[in-house]
Amino acid sequence: MTTTIARRGTKRPPVPGTPVAMNGAALVAHAMRQVRPDVVAAYPITPQTVITETFSEFVANGRVHTEFVPVESEHAAMSACIGAACAGARVQTATSGPGLALMWEVLGIASGLRLPIVMHLCTRALSAPIDILCDHSDAMAMRETGWVMLVGENVQEAYDNAIMAVKIAEDPRVSLPVANLLDGFVVTHCMERAELLPDDAVTEFVGEYSPTHPLLDLQHPVTVGALDFHDYYMEHRRQQEEGMANAKQAVEHAAREFASLFGRSYGLLDTYQLEDAEVAMVVIGSAAGTLRMVVDGLRREGVRAGLLRVRCLRPFPSQEVANALKGVQRIGVLDRSLALGAAGEPLWSDVVAALATHGAGHPVTGWVYGVGGRNTPPGQFRQAFLALLDPATQPGRAGYLGLRERR
Amino acid sequence: MEPKVWQEMPPGGIILEAGSSRGVETGSWRVSRPVVDWPRCVHCMICWAFCPDSAFLVQEMKLVDVDLDHCKGCGICAVECPRQCIAMATETDVAAAA
Ligand code: SF4
Ligand code: SF4
Repeated sequence: MTTTIARRGTKRPPVPGTPVAMNGAALVAHAMRQVRPDVVAAYPITPQTVITETFSEFVANGRVHTEFVPVESEHAAMSACIGAACAGARVQTATSGPGLALMWEVLGIASGLRLPIVMHLCTRALSAPIDILCDHSDAMAMRETGWVMLVGENVQEAYDNAIMAVKIAEDPRVSLPVANLLDGFVVTHCMERAELLPDDAVTEFVGEYSPTHPLLDLQHPVTVGALDFHDYYMEHRRQQEEGMANAKQAVEHAAREFASLFGRSYGLLDTYQLEDAEVAMVVIGSAAGTLRMVVDGLRREGVRAGLLRVRCLRPFPSQEVANALKGVQRIGVLDRSLALGAAGEPLWSDVVAALATHGAGHPVTGWVYGVGGRNTPPGQFRQAFLALLDPATQPGRAGYLGLRERR
Repeated sequence: MEPKVWQEMPPGGIILEAGSSRGVETGSWRVSRPVVDWPRCVHCMICWAFCPDSAFLVQEMKLVDVDLDHCKGCGICAVECPRQCIAMATETDVAAAA
């Protein structure tokens, strides 16, 4: 399912929201309150802090009855989440950049134990040098830890994803943790007009969580975290892969249900002017807004430009990406992180592999942009589009947008 | 028993039946074992509480034996016993004596 986000002017949904002016972090904290987690364990880190702060205020003011655990580190945060989820609780946390890096060991445990934890990841550059601003190097380092990864574009989508994430994670065919990615500062701290859904409608949408084998079910005691060796480990990993494959349908299913109630419709991908595009960019996250503007400008000049925004980074919708780009002659991929020493940047590599696997072997050129929070003005994206149209541009890594360098 | 295929295994490596470790000898790699000087034991249960493998067997509030199928020989009990009536003997010594 490839859908375009319903824009203004669409008809009134069955359950309308209340317009609010809020930043992404605060609105995500509202989503957390509305899905009523049993346990939230989190450690504040910029730019995620607003989520933790706002949510802990909700707890302190009795607006949600969650056991809030102010832990001593992110490793402890995820560990506490894992313990609570094993017990059978609905669990959430949030983090950013170095915080996520500190969680790394336990990220795989959350997934390996098949715990439907939801984590809001406010993407941030990794140190050194120290940088608190947005890029995707934190998120890209967790791609293979077995978490479903949704990437929002704006405040509204970060909130909507936060709600849908619960349904996806707790779908028994999936039973995997879900990361809800929102761009640090760009989405977490910028105030936008968005819609806050009614509390009871969200609570009803996500429903009651019924864990399959909770440790607290004393009538059916189970062992969690036992030793696995060569005799069983491979089969358990294969099971995890099955959950990940099922997540694709679960993402679409949750999106359909969400759209039928709340009016905003999402898919694995978000396409813009792609149907007849001769040249297109692939991107994740908040840069898509600027890119749509650039596409509009190019279209006015007669260039058939298009945009493909990947909303579901894991599982990577390879077939859908290949289908969406089938007719596009020149494809560019924009990565907001580096993959030092790799064949190419993370999103580029996924797109190239998807096209190669599904028989659409068009050349794919990659650019690195916005690393460490560097602003990328529309003109730079436009330059990349124009470079794609230039027959001299080679597939592979083309370079950086907005890098100061000696020519 | 044929090991299960992935489609038949419980998810996440959980084990559905309780007490399944009874059927697995986890102490086979032990280097030394606790030897209790029974007449001096006052059945305070400190060793029982400290043992990470629940290897002390108790009957009617009395310590009666060490479960050597599951004792891993860590020696914690020997250190913690307030009566110092647990000694650690190496498995080679035990084998030689037998
Ligand atoms: S700690 Fe020592 S005295 Fe106490 S029960 Fe164990 S062996 Fe006996
Ligand atoms: S040696 Fe360790 S494992 Fe064995 S009985 Fe003593 S405390 Fe338990």
